[in-house]
Amino acid sequence: MAEKNISMRDALRDALREEMIRDERVFIMGEEVGRWQGTHRVTRGFYEEFGAERVRDTPISEMAIAGAAVGAAMAGLRPVAELMTINFAFLSLDAMVNHAAKIHYMFNGQFTVPLVFRAATGWGNQATATHSHTPEPIFAHFPGMYVAMPSNARDAKGMLKAAIRDDNPVLFSEVIALYPKPSLVPDDADFVLPIGKSDVKREGSDVTIVSFGRGVEWSLEAAKQLSEKDGIECEVVDLRWLRPLDLDPVYESFKKTNRCVVVEESLPMYSVGSEVAARLQEAAFDYMDAPVRRVSAMDVPLPFARDIELMALPSAQKVMTAVREVLG
Amino acid sequence: MAVEQSTTLSRETLLDWYYQIVLIRQFEERCDALYKDHKITGVYLHLYSGHEAVGVGALAALGTDDHVITAYRDHGIALARGVDAKPLMAEMMGKRTGVSGGKGGSMHLASRAHNFWGGYAIVGGHFPLATGIALKVRYMKEPNVVLCFMGDGATNNGYFHEAVNMAAVWDLPVIWLIENNLVGMGTRIEDSSGQPQLHKRAAAYGIKDGGRVDGQNVVEMYEAVSQAAAYAKKKGPVLLEALTYRYSGHGVSDKQYNVREDLASELKQWQDARDPINVLRGIINASYPGAEAELKALEDRADGVVEESVKFADESPVPTYEDLISNVYVGRSPLD
Repeated sequence: MAEKNISMRDALRDALREEMIRDERVFIMGEEVGRWQGTHRVTRGFYEEFGAERVRDTPISEMAIAGAAVGAAMAGLRPVAELMTINFAFLSLDAMVNHAAKIHYMFNGQFTVPLVFRAATGWGNQATATHSHTPEPIFAHFPGMYVAMPSNARDAKGMLKAAIRDDNPVLFSEVIALYPKPSLVPDDADFVLPIGKSDVKREGSDVTIVSFGRGVEWSLEAAKQLSEKDGIECEVVDLRWLRPLDLDPVYESFKKTNRCVVVEESLPMYSVGSEVAARLQEAAFDYMDAPVRRVSAMDVPLPFARDIELMALPSAQKVMTAVREVLG
Repeated sequence: MAVEQSTTLSRETLLDWYYQIVLIRQFEERCDALYKDHKITGVYLHLYSGHEAVGVGALAALGTDDHVITAYRDHGIALARGVDAKPLMAEMMGKRTGVSGGKGGSMHLASRAHNFWGGYAIVGGHFPLATGIALKVRYMKEPNVVLCFMGDGATNNGYFHEAVNMAAVWDLPVIWLIENNLVGMGTRIEDSSGQPQLHKRAAAYGIKDGGRVDGQNVVEMYEAVSQAAAYAKKKGPVLLEALTYRYSGHGVSDKQYNVREDLASELKQWQDARDPINVLRGIINASYPGAEAELKALEDRADGVVEESVKFADESPVPTYEDLISNVYVGRSPLD
């Protein structure tokens, strides 16, 4: 299969464009997706190529963007609703949680809600407290809606195409810091990755690092340095989907390493780290040689000033410290 | 006192509407009794008694390919849309044979086959769904309209502004039909809305103001919604306000009418002077005198249908563990 080295932004654009060409029911709606070319330029050129019917600029109405996407999906379209950034999804929360996620169940399967909510996520750009969330675990809390968070360009393309083709609602979170980062991406209109499958991004026998989204980058960097400096070999499992959550590769890895560090950009309480730690002690207690360590953002709102903002964020350095700690 | 108003509508049409209104009234009164008997359980049951002419008149103006969506006071809308009473009553009782398999309950009735997109219980939450369904109608170039019922209280929720505005910007074929029964839960319209003449809000969105209609008069409802539907299909959204009154309070938990003299007396005035059944009787008498025996026969028929629905629901099985875990996702078990 031919591959090209492209940024995550371009990979997402390819995925969206290919799916819109493939299925006329797929359309895009959101703030500034059309004439403005998309806040993060993912939909650049779409308005010109597909027209105003299929690339719909909306009013600043997050409740209605999410809710109208639900209605259009129930009625037979396949909306990709862009929430600009995940910070604004709090305004959409009711439509997402009470309607997108529950309608299929509540009416006993009479309706399906095949839609994708796209949102840019992540912090670290001095965007301050209200624009610096990575709150995907909140959305993954509820049964009925999938949550995807790719860590590189290749996964982003295959996962977004899977999300659009699936008949369930999906929150698809795109880490802003990863938009410009390139990787080899199959140049294939049918490159679709399975939903709810984790991926081992690096093999190793000493410590299992579980992560997703931007945390994978820090984890891989830490693994590289630990290998070079200390001869410590970390296995890095990228969850890719927070729901459905695939922990089988984590258990498998843990039975080999007996030690685990969970790395996430999100806040520490009620987090993916909490969930993985709980599940590991349930599923693999006898294999546990050390407490599970969690590396996350600090439990504070994000400030503006660069120096203290960075203090609150996870980093490869913090991952390395945690790995050394679980090794005692 | 009922208005003796004559109409050119056919005798059959009026008798059919009479049957539907009576069926809803009997269904609701039976639900109330079943709740007191602990046959219908749970904390929510919002009866449509008093509102019947709004739903029956409005839905008579729609075709089967048009779309209907409402809030939690949805039993009457489902019946007026032609959904069979048996699976509706089964849903009330939480039975496996209910329209929503016993998983929705009284507030979440729906029938995909009837383009009845459901009852919703987060106030205002279904407004953007109506916008989205109307978007699909436009997108697929279909000749249909979406009728979105709502209570007066829901017009003060942010969903109203966002969904109505979005449909306006896109000229979508939606009728926003406010069932103004003067009270949102326990708060009066004048205490909750800066503009208590709710239809006037149309001006704020640049959409058609359909005016205020007598919601107790099924003929007026039918005519207003017919005009609104014709306009909405051609040009875009219409905001219509129907003035009505709820006979059983907000829901089964509402005890205000038992203790407040002013409310009890207001209720009595509406029942005496503006009851939708009496209003329609008056219209039938004025237009086609001598139908008394037939009206009685229709009442008996409705009684039989409700009785049959209760029997069906009573004898139906309760949902199983398989039902508990089905339809969480399409094509995936929650246990995977």
